[in-house]
Amino acid sequence: MGFQTLVPFGPWNWLLFLVALKCGGASSDLNEPTNSSPQHEPDVRFAAASSEPAETVSVFALDYDYVQIPYEVTLWILLASLAKIGFHLYHRLPGLMPESCLLILVGALVGAIIFGTDHKSPPVMDSSIYFLYLLPPIVLEGGYFMPTRPFFENIGSILWWAGLGALINAFGIGLSLYLVCQVQAFGLSDVNLLQNLLFGSLISAVDPVAVLAVFEEARVNQQLYLMIFGEALLNDGISVVLYNILIAFTKMHKFEDIEPVDILAGCARFIIVGCGGVFFGVIFGFISAFITRFTQNISAIEPLIVFMFSYLSYLVAETLYLSGILAITACAVTMKKYVEENVSQTSYTTIKYFMKMLSSVSETLIFMFMGVSTVGKNHEWNWAFVCFTLAFCQIWRAISVFALFYISNQFRTFPFSIKDQCIIFYSGVRGAGSFSLAFLLPLSLFPRKKMFVTATLVVIYFTVFIQGITIGPLVRYLDVRKTNKRESINEELHTRLMDHLKAGIEDVCGQWSHYQVRDKFKKFDHKYLRKILIRENLPKSSIVSLYKKLEMKQAIEMAETGLLSSTAFSMPHQAQRIQETKRLSPEDVESMRDILTHNMYQVRQRTLSYNKYNLKPQTSEKQAKEILIRHQNTFRESARKGHSLPWGKPAGTKNVRYLSCPYSPPQPAGRDVRVAEFTDHDGSDAEVPSIMFNTHSPTGSLQEGRQTQEIIPMKNLHRGGKPAHLGYQRNRTQEEQLGGGRRVVLRPKPLFHAVDEDFESGEESEEEASAIGSRWSAEHRPGRDLQGSHSPLLQSK
Amino acid sequence: MGSRSSHAARIPDVDSIQRETGFSQASLLRLYHRFRALDRNKKGYLSRVDLQEIGALAVNPLGDRIIDSFFPDGSLQLDFPGFVRVLAHFRPVDVEDHGNRDPQEPEPLNSRMNKLRFAFQLYDLDRDGKISRHEMLQVLRLMVGVQVTEEQLESIADRTVQEADEDGDGAVSFLEFTKSLEKMNIEQKMSIRILK
Repeated sequence: MGFQTLVPFGPWNWLLFLVALKCGGASSDLNEPTNSSPQHEPDVRFAAASSEPAETVSVFALDYDYVQIPYEVTLWILLASLAKIGFHLYHRLPGLMPESCLLILVGALVGAIIFGTDHKSPPVMDSSIYFLYLLPPIVLEGGYFMPTRPFFENIGSILWWAGLGALINAFGIGLSLYLVCQVQAFGLSDVNLLQNLLFGSLISAVDPVAVLAVFEEARVNQQLYLMIFGEALLNDGISVVLYNILIAFTKMHKFEDIEPVDILAGCARFIIVGCGGVFFGVIFGFISAFITRFTQNISAIEPLIVFMFSYLSYLVAETLYLSGILAITACAVTMKKYVEENVSQTSYTTIKYFMKMLSSVSETLIFMFMGVSTVGKNHEWNWAFVCFTLAFCQIWRAISVFALFYISNQFRTFPFSIKDQCIIFYSGVRGAGSFSLAFLLPLSLFPRKKMFVTATLVVIYFTVFIQGITIGPLVRYLDVRKTNKRESINEELHTRLMDHLKAGIEDVCGQWSHYQVRDKFKKFDHKYLRKILIRENLPKSSIVSLYKKLEMKQAIEMAETGLLSSTAFSMPHQAQRIQETKRLSPEDVESMRDILTHNMYQVRQRTLSYNKYNLKPQTSEKQAKEILIRHQNTFRESARKGHSLPWGKPAGTKNVRYLSCPYSPPQPAGRDVRVAEFTDHDGSDAEVPSIMFNTHSPTGSLQEGRQTQEIIPMKNLHRGGKPAHLGYQRNRTQEEQLGGGRRVVLRPKPLFHAVDEDFESGEESEEEASAIGSRWSAEHRPGRDLQGSHSPLLQSK
Repeated sequence: MGSRSSHAARIPDVDSIQRETGFSQASLLRLYHRFRALDRNKKGYLSRVDLQEIGALAVNPLGDRIIDSFFPDGSLQLDFPGFVRVLAHFRPVDVEDHGNRDPQEPEPLNSRMNKLRFAFQLYDLDRDGKISRHEMLQVLRLMVGVQVTEEQLESIADRTVQEADEDGDGAVSFLEFTKSLEKMNIEQKMSIRILK
């Protein structure tokens, strides 16, 4: 074949391709894209190429066919990614329309290009590609990122709503459309009941999560969030199950009539398929959790295990004709809790990001396929069918929402208001799932497949664009925010204070629903499951898992200088301030208000904010760190200066005792002795910062007359050589620097960028800081010898 | 949950608590369970440590102050009536309640005034009935991220006190505080739905 260089440059390629096409002279019909045509193409091509005798050795040739499919797929994905980047560059756009709008537009664009350039054999989606490769990542991601505890607390409502809702919608739409088809005038009488039911089932699959991002900022209450989430999660599964059952029916009864026995069999099958899928998913979840218990030393394969087992559960379920979607969802949900505790920090991040990536690639591809099939000749437009479909979708959704919630509200302690129900109704946006199912209808059984595809596309476009774009304003309108933006600084401050106060009191009250069942499960979980599935030597309290992610040593040390510089400031200023008064212009006030608004801490959201398309950097984590550091500071400051606290005895005296103690289990009988330890990195091995963090606010604890701090080893120190912190790799170089001396060198790449300015000014206080640091460590020296079983925590030199 | 009445009977002084706070039996029972759950060592009362163990409070900027509000007058032990008394401030306001309330009786704990009083005490640490500029500054420091400089905070604190201060004493008294918040829907802001 001579020299063949593969030349991958984008737009030029189309040109060359066109030229090549003309030369090749192949002609396959674009209108019937089957997966046989891409295979014909290369053959023809090859024949064409070899029939022309090559007279010279080609120095420069093009072999497009070899890479065509992967190449085009990659181009599509890249194009969608670039579009997403552009989408997010304009920061207001994500709040205006759901990201799926964007993907659809890009897909349509690609479709237009393909159509325009008369591309004969674009990659097409067929049944196996969709069900085996494109669908599992999407479902896996949904299951993995689901907030489990609230989900299970509301599982009754969610199942009731999602399950019954899907069924009602499917059958309702199907039956109504059948009735419409009976009307002779529309020319639809050849569409029989089964086909209509099938169409109903596939069109009722909603993807409301796509719109969640749009009204995320509006304070949607947690229950609502969960309903929408749960519906999205279960909906795919249910509609696919229904779809398969009805397809089986259609195949069976092509020539016969349906008997009641078959309907019963269908129902029974539905239940078996659903429950069987969940069962297998749970089993695989436990197996993979168990395996991750042993992967300490080869953490690189941890993500692999997670993904492979999930995928395996899907495949096994599919083999047995059970619901693979429910299986993979159940697997993800089961596995998540244990796996997250077992795997290393980096694996955890990898899993999260990789999952997002896979699912976003899948979805992009599906939307591309959708776009390709939109712009083309394979449509059949039937006014009646399309319009009635659209109308019935909305009508039946409204019926199911209001009816089902009316009933379930009788049993709920906190009923859903009409506003909530309206939001749920309006968030019935269809997505990629419906399109795929429509596209994959077998043509032999559905002679009017094109009409179905057209109708599906119309519904999707309508719901995504019109509903997707208007739901934001609708939610904000329903939220009835107070319109007086001109709040005074006072109001702003006090409002935020009250929000925090309310959140705090809510936390004191704790969670109340389904108290007993959850407790029972937790007990069972603790007694048996965790012993089997979780690695040993792991701290078990949930507070720890929060702190696992914090790089406390850096933060503590930095805060020390931060603290010092701030106190250095406040003294001289106080004298001046008393004189300066009223001369503040409105602009000053405005700017003050802005500063306040933007910098006040957010109230802790109890619902996890879920964004389908990206993992937002956790601003709440950053905020939490700052607050925790402040606690640490105030404690240290008061302990060091010997302040007498308003509520207790002077702290600086004998109460500061540093004894060592072995790591105590989270609920010990007596909490007498704790240690505050601050190891500096004497050793040069800077792998693990040992985290001493006090879970309790130390200021209050001094009340007790003793130190109340708890050691929480961040990771088991026996894992040699592995960086245990999340994402702050850049700080490791500092730890290595610290390796030499006792000094606490304080030039971290700041976690809080703005504190830099404090540093510049507070430089001279570094000396003090290091002095203090060494003083702390000096106080600990004697304590170290008393170490019990946790000598690895200290690097005693 | 079994027969509620038998459980409720286990709560000491349940009737007087109910009268004082206005909670329903069911809520009181749930609160009692929560109280017992928080009381890890089964001491029968709560100490500061027990409340500090609520992880979420550790990341609440006002966590310490909230905990302190449960321990008025520097006491060390929090018994169940005290616990409930604080939480009663956050009961949603029943509009009907106000209508047929006997004016002789003291205001219910969840009235607007009492809610405001509760919030006020978060600011006023030294209990002198006024929020001084220094106290305002401290609260600001707690609530604002580290990227705001000290001078900015001070000027904001100044401005806040200025706006609310009417008699020019450089501090915000309780009445001035309530006046500055008269437009706000305190009843809704400081009510927790589940505490019916």
